[in-house]
Amino acid sequence: MEHKTQTSLVEKEPGSTGLRGMIADWLSDQVTFRVPWSKAMMWIFLVGDAFVFGTLLSGYGAARMAAGAPWPNTGEVFALHVGGSEIPLLLVGFMTLILLSSGGTMALAVAYGFRHDRRKAALFTALTALLGALFVGFQGIEWTNLIQEGARPWTNPWGVPQFGASFFTLTGFHGLHVTIGVFLLAIVALRAARGAYDKKGDYLGVELVGLYWGFVDLVWVFLFPLFYLF
Amino acid sequence: MSDTAHTAHEAHGPQGYWSKYIFSQDHKVIALQYTGTALLVGAFGMVLSWLIRLQLGFPGDFTFIQPSNYLQFMTQHGMIMIVYLLTALLLGGFGNYLIPLMIGARDMAFPFLNMLSYWTYFVSVLLLFAAFLVPGGPTGAGWTLYPTQSILPGASPGSEWGIRLLLMSLAVFVAASTMGGLNYVTTVLQARTRGMTLMRLPLTVWGIFVAAVLTLLSFPALFVAGVMMLLDSLAGTSFFVPTVTLFGQQLAREGGNPILFQHLFWYFGHPEVYIVILPAMGIASDLLSAYARKPIFGYKAMVLSLLAIGGLSFIVWAHHMFVSGMNPWFHFWFAFSTLIIAVPSAIKTYNWVLTLWKGNIHLTTPMLYSIGFVSTFVAGGVTGLFLGNVIIDVPLSDTYFVVGHFHLVMGVSAILAIFAGIYHWFPKATGRMMSEALGKIHFWVTFVGVYLIFFPMYYLGFLGVPRRYYSFDAIGSLPSSVGGLNTFITIVALLVGAAQLLFALNVIWSLAKGKRAEANPWRATTLEWQTPTSPPPHGNWGPALPVVSRWAYDYSVPGAREDFIPQSVATTPAKGTDGKGQR
Repeated sequence: MEHKTQTSLVEKEPGSTGLRGMIADWLSDQVTFRVPWSKAMMWIFLVGDAFVFGTLLSGYGAARMAAGAPWPNTGEVFALHVGGSEIPLLLVGFMTLILLSSGGTMALAVAYGFRHDRRKAALFTALTALLGALFVGFQGIEWTNLIQEGARPWTNPWGVPQFGASFFTLTGFHGLHVTIGVFLLAIVALRAARGAYDKKGDYLGVELVGLYWGFVDLVWVFLFPLFYLF
Repeated sequence: MSDTAHTAHEAHGPQGYWSKYIFSQDHKVIALQYTGTALLVGAFGMVLSWLIRLQLGFPGDFTFIQPSNYLQFMTQHGMIMIVYLLTALLLGGFGNYLIPLMIGARDMAFPFLNMLSYWTYFVSVLLLFAAFLVPGGPTGAGWTLYPTQSILPGASPGSEWGIRLLLMSLAVFVAASTMGGLNYVTTVLQARTRGMTLMRLPLTVWGIFVAAVLTLLSFPALFVAGVMMLLDSLAGTSFFVPTVTLFGQQLAREGGNPILFQHLFWYFGHPEVYIVILPAMGIASDLLSAYARKPIFGYKAMVLSLLAIGGLSFIVWAHHMFVSGMNPWFHFWFAFSTLIIAVPSAIKTYNWVLTLWKGNIHLTTPMLYSIGFVSTFVAGGVTGLFLGNVIIDVPLSDTYFVVGHFHLVMGVSAILAIFAGIYHWFPKATGRMMSEALGKIHFWVTFVGVYLIFFPMYYLGFLGVPRRYYSFDAIGSLPSSVGGLNTFITIVALLVGAAQLLFALNVIWSLAKGKRAEANPWRATTLEWQTPTSPPPHGNWGPALPVVSRWAYDYSVPGAREDFIPQSVATTPAKGTDGKGQR
C-alpha cells in the first residue's frame, strides 16, 4: 500500500506567486486572517447580517411585485410642505445626509484611534453617536408623520397594504440596527474618553464599532434607493 | 493581539460550582449541556413520532389522537428533530466539544458568547414547549409552516398563539446558533495551534466548520421569514396572505405572496439539511479511518466535496417547490443544480468505501454506526436523484416516498453518525468506556429497524399514499395492503423506539460502572486523544499547547512502531520534507 503522510491542496510551495501560491500560503498558515479574533468575528457577523438585509430587500421586492395594484409614488408620500410647496423626499434626504456624514466622523474616530489620540478618538466616536441619534430621531418624526396620515402595517391611504408593511419592516429593521449602534458608540466613546483603550494598548474597540457602523451605513445606501427612490 | 487571555494558562484556573457546571464558559461543559438538552428534546420528538405511528398503524384505536392532535404531533416532531435536536446536537454539542480539542486550542475564541449561545438555545426550547400550554396548542401546519394555513385563525390547529410562539422560538434559536456559529467559524479560522494548517484539520472539524458557515448564511432567511410571518399574524400585515375566503368570509387581507414564504423558508431549509449532514459526514470519515486503521482515502477530495456540497446547497432550494405553482422555467435550473449534488456526494461515498477497502477493520460499536451511516446515506440519497427530477417528483410529491427519502438520508443518517460519535467520544468526555455488548444490540436493532420502517415507505409512496394524512379511508384507490404495511411499520417503530432505552441504560450504567478510559483508548491520531487525561482538564492541554506536524490520518504507516502516529508526534525529516512536516 502506497502511503502518503501529507496532502496539500496545491503542489505549489507556500510563498510562490500567483493564485495557486496564494491558496498555498493560505492553507499553510496558522491563522487564516492576520487580524485579532474579535475583528474576524465582526466581519463574519456582518456577512451574516448582510444576508438578513439581503433577504429582507429581496422579500420586499417579491412582495412589491406580487402586490397587484400599483405601488404608491414615494416622492409624494415622503414630501414635506415647505413655504407652500411640496418638496419630495426632503426629510429622508436630510436623514441620508446625516447618516453618510456619520460615516465620515466614524472614519476619523478610527483613524485617530490608530494614532492613539485619546481625545479626538473619543470626540469623533461621540459625534458619530450623536449623528446616529439624530437619524433615529428624524426617523421617529417620519414614522409619526406617516402614522398621522393614516399609514398602518396593514393599510395606508396611498395604495396596496404591502407598502406600509414594507416601510415599517424595512426602516424598522434598519432603525433598530442604528439604535443598537448608537448605544455601542456611546459606550465605546465613554471607554475611549476614560482611557480604557490606552490602558489596553490598542483602539480595537473603536475599530470594531466602526466596522459595524460602516455596515449600517452601507445598508442604508441600498435601502434608500430601493425603497424611497425606486 | 488583543485576545491573549486564551494563550495564558492562568485564565483556565479553578472555578466555583456555578461557573463550573451551570453558567460555565468551558466549551466541554457547554457541549455536554447542549448534548443533554438536545437529547431530551429529541426523546420527546421520538415519543411524538410514536403517537403519529399509533394512529397510522391502528387507525381509530387510540381515541385521544384526533386529527388536530395528529397534525400537531407531526409538525412538532419534524421541527423538534431537525432544528432543536439535530442542529443543536451536531453544532452545539459535537462542534463545541471537538473544535477546540481537535485544533489544539484551550477553548473557543469567545467563551462568554459560547455560554450565552447555550442559554439562548435553552430559552428557545422553553418557548417551543410553551406552545403546548397555550389555548389551541402548538401549531399543526406541518414543519414547513406554510402560510396561509399556518396563520389564519381556524385554518390549522394552533394557528394563533401556537405558531406565534414557535416563530418566536425559532427567532431566538437563530440568535443562539448565530452566536455559536460565529464562535465555531472564528475558532477554526483563527485559533489553531502551531502546525495545524487548514489542510491538516480532521474531517470532523471541516464538516462542522462548513456547516457553521451555512448556519450563518442561511438562518437569516428563516429569521426574516419568521419575523414577516409574525407581523402577518400579530400586526395584520399581508406579506404572505393573498386575498383569502375563509369559511365563506372574505378576509380583510389582499396582495400577499405565499410563495415568497416558501422561497425564504427553503433558502434556509435546504442548507439546513446540509447543516445536519455535513458534520455527520465528517464524523463518519474520521471514525471509518480510525477503525479501519487506514488513512482516509482522498482527503483533498473529501474537503473539496464538503465545500462543494456547502456551496451548492444555496442554489437548489426550489426543488422543494416543484408543485408550488412557481414559474416552470425555474424547474429546469433547480433540477439541474440539484442533480449536480450527486457528484460530490458520490465522491464522498466512494472514498468511504475505499477507506474500508483492505483495511484492518475493527467492528466496534462506533465503527458499526459509521458503516450504518454510509449505508443509510446511500439508501436515502439515491432516491434524492428520483426526487430531483421534476417529472418523477411531481407524482411522488407529498407521498410517503418523500418521507422515506428524507428520513433515511438526513434523519436516520445523522442520528447514526451521532450515535457513532457518542460511542466514540464518550470515553473522552466522561472518562468511562461504554458497554460494547449493549452498544452492539442497540446498533443492530436500530439499524435493521430503520430499514424496516423507512424502506416500505418508498413502496407506499409509489402506491400514492399521501404524507401528513390522518386517515386514508377516503382514498378509494389505495390497496388494502397499505393498512397492513402501516401496522407493520408502527410495530417496528415502537420496537426501535424501545431499543433507544438500551442506549439510555448504557449511558447511565457506563457513567457509574463503566471501565475507566485511558487517555487514548481507541488508539486514534487526532489531538483530542492526546490530552493528559480523559476527560481533559479545564484549559485542555496542561502547561503547553500541542504542536502539530502531520495530518490526522497517519494509520498503519509503514515502518512505524505502532499502527498509528498521533498528529502531535514530530515527523522525522524524510526525503522531500523540510523536517517541519511541510512537503
